Amino acid sequence: MERSLRKYSPIFILPTMLAFFVGFILPFIMGIYLSFCEFTTVTDGKFVGLKNYIKVFQDATFLHSLWFTVLFTIVSVIAINVLAFAVAMLMTKGIRGTNVFRTVFFMPNLIGGIVLGYIWQLIFNGILQYFSRTLTYSSKYGFWGLVILICWQQIGYMMIIYIAGLQSIPGDLYEAAEIDGCTKRQTLFKITIPMSMPSITICTFLTLTNGFKLFDQNLALTAGQPSNKTEMLALNIFSTFYSRVGWEGVGQAKAVIFFIIVVAIALIQLRLTRSKEVQQ
Amino acid sequence: MKRMNKVLALALAAVMTASALAGCGGAASSSTPAASSGSTSTGAKGQVYYLNFKPEQADQWTALAKKYTEQTGVPVNVVTAASGTYEQTLKSEIAKTEAPTLFQVNGPVGLAAWKDYCYDLSGTDVYKELKSDDFALKDGNAVYGIAYVIETYGIIYNKTLLEKAGYTAADITNFASLKKVADDIQARKAELGIKGAFASAGMDSSSDWRFKTHLANLPIYYEYQKDGIGDTEAIKGTYLDNYKNIWDLYITDSTCAPSLLSSKTGDDALSEFVLGEAVFYQNGTWAYGDIQKADTLKDDEIGMLPIYIGAEGEENQGLCTGSENYWCVNKNAKPEDIQATLDFMKWCVTSEEGKTALSSEMGFVCPFKGFTGEFLPSNPLIAAADQYIADGKTSVLWCFTTMPSEEWKNGVGNALLEYAQGTGDWSAVTKAFVDGWATEKKA
Repeated sequence: MERSLRKYSPIFILPTMLAFFVGFILPFIMGIYLSFCEFTTVTDGKFVGLKNYIKVFQDATFLHSLWFTVLFTIVSVIAINVLAFAVAMLMTKGIRGTNVFRTVFFMPNLIGGIVLGYIWQLIFNGILQYFSRTLTYSSKYGFWGLVILICWQQIGYMMIIYIAGLQSIPGDLYEAAEIDGCTKRQTLFKITIPMSMPSITICTFLTLTNGFKLFDQNLALTAGQPSNKTEMLALNIFSTFYSRVGWEGVGQAKAVIFFIIVVAIALIQLRLTRSKEVQQ
Repeated sequence: MKRMNKVLALALAAVMTASALAGCGGAASSSTPAASSGSTSTGAKGQVYYLNFKPEQADQWTALAKKYTEQTGVPVNVVTAASGTYEQTLKSEIAKTEAPTLFQVNGPVGLAAWKDYCYDLSGTDVYKELKSDDFALKDGNAVYGIAYVIETYGIIYNKTLLEKAGYTAADITNFASLKKVADDIQARKAELGIKGAFASAGMDSSSDWRFKTHLANLPIYYEYQKDGIGDTEAIKGTYLDNYKNIWDLYITDSTCAPSLLSSKTGDDALSEFVLGEAVFYQNGTWAYGDIQKADTLKDDEIGMLPIYIGAEGEENQGLCTGSENYWCVNKNAKPEDIQATLDFMKWCVTSEEGKTALSSEMGFVCPFKGFTGEFLPSNPLIAAADQYIADGKTSVLWCFTTMPSEEWKNGVGNALLEYAQGTGDWSAVTKAFVDGWATEKKA
């Protein structure tokens, strides 16, 4: 049985591989090729060498959006993880109605980014109106608006992961700590956090890449206004590709650079947090 | 038994492959309604796929297409791109196998990007129907685009409110008198029961084109007139001070504080106007449909004024008239589809049904020979435009079709907004206008 499984495995893998090839590998290779081309539509590329990549680094909006994205990611990763961890701690304390609270915290995650963006835009503008301001008045408002939005959306999701992690910590560790006279703070930093390192790895990975790749929320909330100052990388790539005639290749080149950055950051981060994980 | 297993495995694999492929196909066709109905075409007869630019007339186009299909059996698909997304929709649609056969460009600059896809329309029936060559987009002898609608914009005003304030349109003949009237109305807004003289000059993407494109047309027009040119590689910005004056007027005598402009939409301005909260509203003949839909203002209560910016001799200035809607036929479509498309275009501008739909249902002024008498739209804004021409005023040309790129418009729009909010100053607008023009023309 096992032998025949091995023999026929290619047949079973084939459909998925085919879909993966058509839906992922092929566009990816095409995308890399197109980043060296000048084109109007994706089927009529003309090879131009490194021209697009040179243009990318002369484009001030790209560099601005890069820094904006980095700043946003740092702030949002810290905020989401700290808050999600705190909420997860609360939710595992056995408070009455925990399940209801968990559901409520998780729900924002079920709403799509575009809808969420518009809803929060209305809320923010409704409040800022009292001060004769709008969300797109200055990039500061847009930045903090995005941070609040993304926290609201992702804390619930990360909370679920942290809860699972916290619940898997063996109770005898806490018991031993209590007998040894550990303070609450010591228990947190010496037991709870090291023991939930695997969940921290997953959550930082997710929030980090989500922060970098953020698109719909950015588009719906501020659309890069004012003056492209709240434009993040993904949106910058999108608008370069679609709204600048003759810059399609540059948009594509930006996308390739974007890919390299995201992969590099994700790998470094995985290695860093993995090394801190404790074997049980 | 073993053989059974093999057969079963193969069969399963086949089913999975098939379902995976079917899944792909299904997803692709449902995301583009055009492609799915296109694939049921009648083959030799050809088919039409029109990528429509004007969301205001989306329903009317679909209805007209249906009528054509009923009469001739030729399938016509009309897909309308959402406001502000035409270029990106076109870009992705035209790369498909079932590409649009009929699309549109916005003028010479738009044509430059899409020329490789444009079928030469000289010698076609629809080109022969054109009243004059002025309405064709030509490159040498080749005709690549045909304007199908002529539009006019200016400052739409509420006659009732203007009279209530003690003025008539005749009092406004230049920038000075426009400012005087607007300032007076603004000062007495509580007494008149309005919120401001001008509807909000929103800089949201649904409204910012009114200022970064249409209003910016005036300084460009006057500069071209002064220099006797029709396009330029480097604009001087001779009339930028006038641009500043009119922009200042829009944002000061407004229904809202300038710091709120960044999120004010086109709908906000429209509703302020139709609800009688503002007297003036810069927009064009295409806005009539929306004004009429609101059903608050009667046809004889609205009129249109020229946009005065304080240039010399502007007492003789009329409204801004032109077109940025040119039909182009996709050269790369199948020959029978091209033929079907040309037939459809001809039918639209010559048949009774087509002419009625274009003129009365969509409210277009069409530059084709057949559009006379009853086929002139009953749009009071168009009547106002015609009156100015009859009075011997000079219409302002749509020079904005020579603006270098969307990027230029965005640069100007961003600077205008920052200036209005007080987070930037006017020199940024000048820089975006003059320097941006040179950079973008070169690119």
